[in-house]
Amino acid sequence: MRAKAFQKIYCRLNNITKATCTLDATGVGYEEMAYVQGRTAQVVKIAGKSVTLQVFEGTEGLQNDAEVIFTGRAPWLPLSAHMAGRFFDAFGAPIDGLPAVEGREYPIGGPSVNPVRRKQPSEFIATGIAGIDLNNSLVSGQKIPFFADPDQPYNQVLALIALRAKVDKIILGGMGLTRDDYLFFKNTFEKGYGQSKIIGFINTTDKSPIEMLLIPDMALAAAEYYAVEKNEKVLVLLTDMTQYANALSIVSNRMDQIPSKDSMPGSLYSDLAKIYEKAVQFPDGGNITILAVTTLSGGDITHAIPDNTGYITEGQLFLRRSSDVNKVIVDPFRSLSRLKQLVIGKVTRKDHPQVMNSAIRLYADAANSKTKMENGFELSDYDRRVLQFAEEYSRNILAIDVNLEVEEMLEETWRIMSKYLSRDEVGIKQEFVDKYWVES
Amino acid sequence: MENKNIISKGKVTAIVGNLVEVETKGALIQNGICFFQHDGKEIMGEVIKTSGQTAYVQVFETTRGFKVGLDVHFIDSMLEVTMGPGMLTRNYDGLQNDLDKIDGIFLEAGSRSYPLENDSVWHFKPLAKVGDLVTAADWLGQVPEYHIQHKIMVPFKLEGEYEISWLADEGEYQLSDTIARLKDNNGREHEVSMSFTWPVKKAFRGYREKLRPGKLFETGVRVIDTLNPIMEGGTGFIPGPFGSGKTVLQHALAKQAAADVVIVAACGERANEVVEIFSEFPHLDDPHTGGKLAERTIIIANTSNMPVAAREASVYTAMTLAEYFRSQGLRTLLLADSTSRWAQALREMSNRMEELPGPDAFPMDLSAIIANYYSRAGYTLLPNGRSGSITFIGTVSPAGGNLLEPVTEATKKVARCFFALSQNRADSKRYPAIDPNDSYSKYVEYDEFIAFAKREISADWIENIEFVKYFLIQGNEIREQINILGDDGVPVNYHETFWKSELIDFAILQQDAFDAVDCNSPLKRQKYMLEKVIGLVRKEFSFSDFDEVRDFFKRIINLFKQMNYAEFKSQQFKDYEAQLEEYINQNVTVS
Ligand SMILES: Nc1ncnc2c1ncn2[C@@H]1O[C@H](COP(=O)(O)OP(=O)(O)OP(=O)(O)O)[C@@H](O)[C@H]1O
Ligand SMILES: [Mg+2]
Repeated sequence: MRAKAFQKIYCRLNNITKATCTLDATGVGYEEMAYVQGRTAQVVKIAGKSVTLQVFEGTEGLQNDAEVIFTGRAPWLPLSAHMAGRFFDAFGAPIDGLPAVEGREYPIGGPSVNPVRRKQPSEFIATGIAGIDLNNSLVSGQKIPFFADPDQPYNQVLALIALRAKVDKIILGGMGLTRDDYLFFKNTFEKGYGQSKIIGFINTTDKSPIEMLLIPDMALAAAEYYAVEKNEKVLVLLTDMTQYANALSIVSNRMDQIPSKDSMPGSLYSDLAKIYEKAVQFPDGGNITILAVTTLSGGDITHAIPDNTGYITEGQLFLRRSSDVNKVIVDPFRSLSRLKQLVIGKVTRKDHPQVMNSAIRLYADAANSKTKMENGFELSDYDRRVLQFAEEYSRNILAIDVNLEVEEMLEETWRIMSKYLSRDEVGIKQEFVDKYWVES
Repeated sequence: MENKNIISKGKVTAIVGNLVEVETKGALIQNGICFFQHDGKEIMGEVIKTSGQTAYVQVFETTRGFKVGLDVHFIDSMLEVTMGPGMLTRNYDGLQNDLDKIDGIFLEAGSRSYPLENDSVWHFKPLAKVGDLVTAADWLGQVPEYHIQHKIMVPFKLEGEYEISWLADEGEYQLSDTIARLKDNNGREHEVSMSFTWPVKKAFRGYREKLRPGKLFETGVRVIDTLNPIMEGGTGFIPGPFGSGKTVLQHALAKQAAADVVIVAACGERANEVVEIFSEFPHLDDPHTGGKLAERTIIIANTSNMPVAAREASVYTAMTLAEYFRSQGLRTLLLADSTSRWAQALREMSNRMEELPGPDAFPMDLSAIIANYYSRAGYTLLPNGRSGSITFIGTVSPAGGNLLEPVTEATKKVARCFFALSQNRADSKRYPAIDPNDSYSKYVEYDEFIAFAKREISADWIENIEFVKYFLIQGNEIREQINILGDDGVPVNYHETFWKSELIDFAILQQDAFDAVDCNSPLKRQKYMLEKVIGLVRKEFSFSDFDEVRDFFKRIINLFKQMNYAEFKSQQFKDYEAQLEEYINQNVTVS
């Protein structure tokens, strides 16, 4: 977003706060971009002559006679087919040492898709991770976050899924990423498939946190370009949306808005929904799938950030370390993919829904047996068998380090069920049991 | 809005988010509509406060690019909808633009489209005659539209009494043709076509009176109809944390409920959920008419990414359309998902206006707004002596799933049915996750319903419901005791009671919304199954230990579930039933 045709230049700031400055100016458009002493800024309030600008790089060191240039336009991003393999900052400027990309300029944060032009998502996205493919299947056009405590390897899982998913483009929106994590993504993707698929918009922790407010809109404008104009399947990775929400709250507090729960702005739901609802299946085959990360604090999903996210997204994938097998698993109880109904047993094998439900039910029985054991009650034979089942199921199915085809996941689940349980204990339709039960 | 009268003009003086201040010299109407002349387009807004000559306007679309000095035209009406034949099957946005008529994939600012087809042709048949004295909402005639006889009414806005001086003969007419002339007291004639407008925020009161609801409104959902029944013209709400099943339940109601017209307001929720409705409903059968579900449905979509300011408009638009159909003597079901998003939109605007905030920063008058909205539902006696109804069910999305928050509390005061979805039940996949102990229907205490149930369902229906509810509470208490004391720590007959309550849970409360048969259980079937379950619960067994109790009931539950999955009274159903009887008789001691 470099300045081009500009209007007037001003050089008198009336007021400077940590994230904003105010000056007298005329002919300014709402949400217009400006430069304050070379720093990127956006109009967030106009009252008569008084214009308030949000300064993305922060206001430290701004002089009250700073030069202010208005660009006369809302934020934009030049887009072209030459973006693959490139990494940019929050303003769309390259951070990979290569020259800037020329292209048609598109506004970011543009209008929403007419709901009647959407198509129902229907393509299964295989990730190889059974905790996802078997129990919480992803569908293209879906939006779904990982809920994970900060110590979980969510960025690694995200990169892994991106590498395995059969999509045309992967767009990484990094918010508050450490430099190490940024380089991890960059190296992983470069090793994975060179320059062909990945595009990054990255805000690292050495930059101002306010900058990251532009990242999702940048990433999604690029995604819309590829999905609409090129009919491509685009996977957007947004990490970490909790940091994004925190940045929102910093700005809204500075603007004297009344905070609601957990000091978040009252508009948090709408702000997040505007981003996540960009996930879509277009009529001409292109689609945008959003996989995000929402870090939790101590597993608390009632905090305003995960809570509002859960109300917007189509399910969530909950990562936690299982003490039984000492591996990170996709928790089958707290995870949910709301779109899985659209593909399981339809795109995948017919026994999929029943096998999935039955195994989770047995896993739940094991959780009860475990409580019984911990409370010192005597265990029945059934208790012992489901506990054994659960251990093997955690290790071979739920753990994130498995990499299987869906069919293999189903076979493996049948094998473990057959090993520890009897045919009528699994509660699966007779025809499937007859077909898939593994006799020892 | 094709014929708008500009009453004054003004210029923008301030902008923050969707709130814009406009200075004007002319007249201002509170809640009046205005148009911003931006970039060759007209962007619509609503005056939400006036102070001197300053109008505070909430803009229904993005304000990106607005500048101080922008021209604004104020018109002489509030936010209105246009109503007439041809609304069924349509997908509108919150301002009643027909979404299918808007070109392009994206909703560009300023896109608007007319909600009806002015040149559509309808077969009009008069129901009144020249010389009749009529008032607003009286039926002049009717046109067939899918399964309903769409009534052509005296426009709602006409006040006082009129004499029909001319009425069209039976025949084909275009929507905009004059089909009647009405003479007012001063002898002035008014031409009436088949469509007219009404301001959405004003409740339409053209009915004789509102009656206490007392007629069961069948939804096909067992835990509602049997245990927490809602009435024709009744109100209810569904609070629940995310993922607990609010939307799935509302969609089930939209599919199955015994309504003539269903209006679904998707307010601030996911676009894909709307896609689900309009991709599936055209193919699904309406269980009551044999037509397609889409033919009785109207969608008002203001999804979460659509302009926040239009969320409020969307719920009022939906309610106004419902009032229109109720005035035609139809059973109208209005669903809004989610009313919390509307409340949040009010909160955003109130904060921008720097109003004194109430609890959780919601506007102080939130309770009053919600109460006023719910009060527009109801069972009415129409001017012509017939009846019509709006049954309203909204969802509430409480922050953190905590029901002690302003929207839930305000709604609880006015909605008569409380269908509380519980996280625990959802986690253990006991769907629909309506908590049997927390939920209630106030209608079960209504004399009107008690009389109805005795007359139309069975003499002991009310006692049966009370028995089942009591049993569920007992089962719950025993579950807690078992958790603390262990299986061996309580007597065997406690286990029996507990498992009987589990049977009620599995056979009556739980219902698979995604199964083609189980999803919809007509009242006749519900009665049959309830009596069957109660019959079993009343029997006494003598088990030697709790393992035996569990094994016995697991088997029974499985058979009941198979019955629920089978077509009612089919051979398969009867086979399971026979197995069930046999198995029970082997084990029973006292029956
Ligand atoms: N009756 C049911 N039968 C089977 N599954 C159900 C049922 N109700 C809900 N579910 C499951 O729960 C998921 C979430 O349900 P739903 O979308 O209705 O939740 P919600 O309460 O509307 O959540 P939100 O507040 O986030 O919109 C569904 O996708 C489905 O998998
Ligand atoms: Mg929902």
